[in-house]
Amino acid sequence: MNMIPTPAREFKPADFKSSVKPVWCPGCGDHSVLVAFQRAMAELALPPEQVAVVSGIGCSSRMPAYTNCYGFHGVHGRSLALATGLKVARPDLTVIVASGDGDGFSIGGNHFLHACRRNLDVTYIVMDNRIYGMTKGQPSPTTEPDWDTAISPGGTGVSPFHPLVIALASGANFIARGFTGNIGHCARLIVEAVRTPGFSFVQLLSPCVTFREDQQRVWRNVVHEAMVPETDDPARAARRLMTDDGFNLGVLYRGARAPYQPRPLANLDPSHFESEFAI
Amino acid sequence: MKSPDKPGKPPQFNSPAEFFAQALAIEIEASERYAEIADQMEVHNNHRIAEIFRKMAHIESLHRDEIKRRAGDALIGGRPASFSWLAPEGPESIDLGDVHYKMTPRQALMLARHNEERATAYFEAIAEAAADPEIRAFAQTMADDERHHVALIDKWLDKYDPDDVDWSEDLDPPVISD
Amino acid sequence: MSAPGTATSLSIVLTGSGGAGVMTAGQTLLEAATSCGLYGLMTRSTGPQIRGGEAAAMLRLSTQPVQCPGDKFDILLALDFENIQRFAAELPLDAKSVIIADPADGDMPAFLKASGATAGYIEMKKLAKAVPGGRVSMVALGALARLIGLPEAAIVEAVAASLGRKKPEAVKASEQAVLLGAANAPALSIPKLATPISNSTGRWSFTGNEITGFGVLKGGVRFVAGYPITPATEILEWLAHAIPQCGGEMVQAEDELASINMIIGASFGGAPAMTATAGPGLSLMTESLGLAVASETPLVVVDVMRSGPSTGIATKSEQSDLNIAVYGMHGDAPHVVTAPLSVSDCLLTAQWSAHLAESMQTPVIMLSDQSIGQARVVVDKPADIRFETKRLTPTEPIQDYARYALTESGVSPMSIPGMAGGQYTADGLTHNVKGTPSSQAQDHIAQMDKRRRKIEAFDYGAHWADIDGEGELAVITWGSSTQPIREGAARARAEGVGVKLIALRLISPPQPKLLAEALKGVKRALVIEQSHSGQFWRYLRAFYDLDIEVTPIPQPGPLPIRPGEALAYIRKGAQA
Repeated sequence: MNMIPTPAREFKPADFKSSVKPVWCPGCGDHSVLVAFQRAMAELALPPEQVAVVSGIGCSSRMPAYTNCYGFHGVHGRSLALATGLKVARPDLTVIVASGDGDGFSIGGNHFLHACRRNLDVTYIVMDNRIYGMTKGQPSPTTEPDWDTAISPGGTGVSPFHPLVIALASGANFIARGFTGNIGHCARLIVEAVRTPGFSFVQLLSPCVTFREDQQRVWRNVVHEAMVPETDDPARAARRLMTDDGFNLGVLYRGARAPYQPRPLANLDPSHFESEFAI
Repeated sequence: MKSPDKPGKPPQFNSPAEFFAQALAIEIEASERYAEIADQMEVHNNHRIAEIFRKMAHIESLHRDEIKRRAGDALIGGRPASFSWLAPEGPESIDLGDVHYKMTPRQALMLARHNEERATAYFEAIAEAAADPEIRAFAQTMADDERHHVALIDKWLDKYDPDDVDWSEDLDPPVISD
Repeated sequence: MSAPGTATSLSIVLTGSGGAGVMTAGQTLLEAATSCGLYGLMTRSTGPQIRGGEAAAMLRLSTQPVQCPGDKFDILLALDFENIQRFAAELPLDAKSVIIADPADGDMPAFLKASGATAGYIEMKKLAKAVPGGRVSMVALGALARLIGLPEAAIVEAVAASLGRKKPEAVKASEQAVLLGAANAPALSIPKLATPISNSTGRWSFTGNEITGFGVLKGGVRFVAGYPITPATEILEWLAHAIPQCGGEMVQAEDELASINMIIGASFGGAPAMTATAGPGLSLMTESLGLAVASETPLVVVDVMRSGPSTGIATKSEQSDLNIAVYGMHGDAPHVVTAPLSVSDCLLTAQWSAHLAESMQTPVIMLSDQSIGQARVVVDKPADIRFETKRLTPTEPIQDYARYALTESGVSPMSIPGMAGGQYTADGLTHNVKGTPSSQAQDHIAQMDKRRRKIEAFDYGAHWADIDGEGELAVITWGSSTQPIREGAARARAEGVGVKLIALRLISPPQPKLLAEALKGVKRALVIEQSHSGQFWRYLRAFYDLDIEVTPIPQPGPLPIRPGEALAYIRKGAQA
């Protein structure tokens, strides 16, 4: 969380939006994520210049330019690594990582494991639409096995990835799921995620209106508030997540693992090390 | 609908100032939402709809200014009170999932109309439940305003023919940009 | 010239296997010799086993600083002959050389016999057994010390220093073994090194990798991320202990894809950042290096080149990553490539690379190599050079900020997160002056021009190359080839052959004007490099107008180029 001391200021959600107009399709869930993000930042009263939004490649990854914060739109799958370097070097900043199911779980899979494992104090928002939107509709690691696409006719036949289970197993300290049909709830989840120290993973089910148009209608009727309250017991969370129907909404796990933050031990001049070489 | 925090009972207010703040926030949110959708439509070259939503945004911002004026001293600093930004969606804001880049004027106006109706019902419910006469009066005024908006939209709708069956047809497939 | 029976340098190789402690013995010998005022160089060669394999510790001791292997070994001391065949090509010996062995090991291998070297024997294993806790390697060092005129006490002191006070019995046992070895040294005639001119105060001992770490630290780097890879890991290990003491942080990344992106993130956040890797890792990093170019993020990547391609020979050297360093990114992505000229030059070049990166907001790839990175030298304390390094940032309060504004120098002020009004989104997407993605032709061209201008217009100063000597013949080279050529050129000049040595420290961007200036009066040039396909020569041909007769001499790894070979090329080049 932000640590630069600033005089207390109040912010409106509009303070977090840039003048760049989003190119997401009208009806895309990502628009709602942007609004939720703006509201969350206003609620947290974080000055925009002390927030950095890091992303990879994909529709969801376009988000940084639409905010009035610092941003880095990096290469496909590497947003968590970039965010790790940024946060370790600048622990005073609030670092939010925006990704999608392809960028985050396919090419970014390895970095996902290690980011959860390190438990760095960042918030990872994955806009999951169970498809590769930007490249015209290929299946992603969360796509159902029988979803027909040009690149995988008849479906991949491969079971989807369970990102929340993997996050828990890898050590993420905060795991939540939201649905973009409820912006206020998404905003609340983002606030909680940022406030909780350590790696906070928020999966936002974000319908793709172009490649999965019926998705939104289906999801609206299927999402539901998680039937049990959040837990801090990894074993309980594991059982719950392994039997999760994919549509439980809310904070599903909140642990107490200390976040990873390498700190300098001293501030010596490099000449201090000359004695190591001198004979 | 089972997702968390859908509005049920009308909220209670401890003072007129609180209610004015809430009303103001609703109008601001509605106006901003219309403006966002107008931007989306503009980017997608549906200028007819962009224009409609900009008009709606303007109507809401006028309404917002009106509330500020009526609230007068009761509203501190002319701002909405610093309530939480995490509240559920206002009754007057369009669901961002309900728009389409090729939507027709009728569909846009029906969406707006639906939201104005929801707002009407919302303020009516508050007026009915309110104990404070000032709140009751203002809530009723708001309800009347919203009902007036519905009528405006109805007149507007008359200008348009029924939609074509193939309104959403786009012969071009989706394109890649990144 | 040295007096008869004395040498200016002595090359000694210790070989052995199965845990005989050859490397430690070599290190001890180096420490002992340099404590007596000699300069030294040590390299090593091993089999693939993690422990117990065959090993060779190669030393060169001298009255002057030496930074490359000599032409041959004067002394080969074999603790045993196990699998010594592996090193045959790396152990040049001649009739003047001497081989010391244990008669218990039987007949020496054919290739050693064939060299014509004189053999001398000492029963190292038997003598070692006579001392409780005695080691064969200590007996060997004792004999060696006697033969080359090094006081035995220097050996014992070096052993004591490394064992510390913790094992007094071990030190005692070593002392006894050393004395036994000295007393039983075979009667061999070995040229003695001339007495050192000065004592050893003010000298430094370091490997190329260690001093590279020190160099980037001096250059201002305060964030390091890295993934272990041979032969670069020691850079990361050195920085892991040093950088947290200097206010910085280090992260071990999960792979090289993470390393390069982590340093981009840290640099974006305002911390000068670097990573170190080898060829395979550099290949993995190329996509994100392009991101650093496009987003104009400063960083340094040190590539300690191994013998390639692909996995290659991780423990051997070559200069064959030039192509990927210069051309590896997709698209037109101008950036800077540097290369140290020697082990000690790693300090200046690493520091300079960090300076260049920050000054131009660009990635800098520094091409070191295994022969430089993993060699240890004892030399005079390097000069303390300072650069005025400053990352250009906008003046506050910031208004109307355009991150990628089109400036004359091509370098635009870079805001740091936390600066109010300086918000922007850095992007690999083609963008306009504000950083907003743009597919417009004029934005693409304007930004391409800007990024190219900032690299090409920069004044690199005198560090771009080391230029030395005069003559109608020049040798143009780079990296680790420089030192053997320098020694060969010195010998050539002593024979009356004029030769100019031009060793490039700045590989990219090319400096045609400066090279043309350096080649005034030169009629013929040799391009000597350690690459099978002549990558450097082809690079020169692509970017430089060489209006003279050029002879490419590409020599692939894994064997080092020796001064005598360079001398032969120069002599031939002079005759043409």
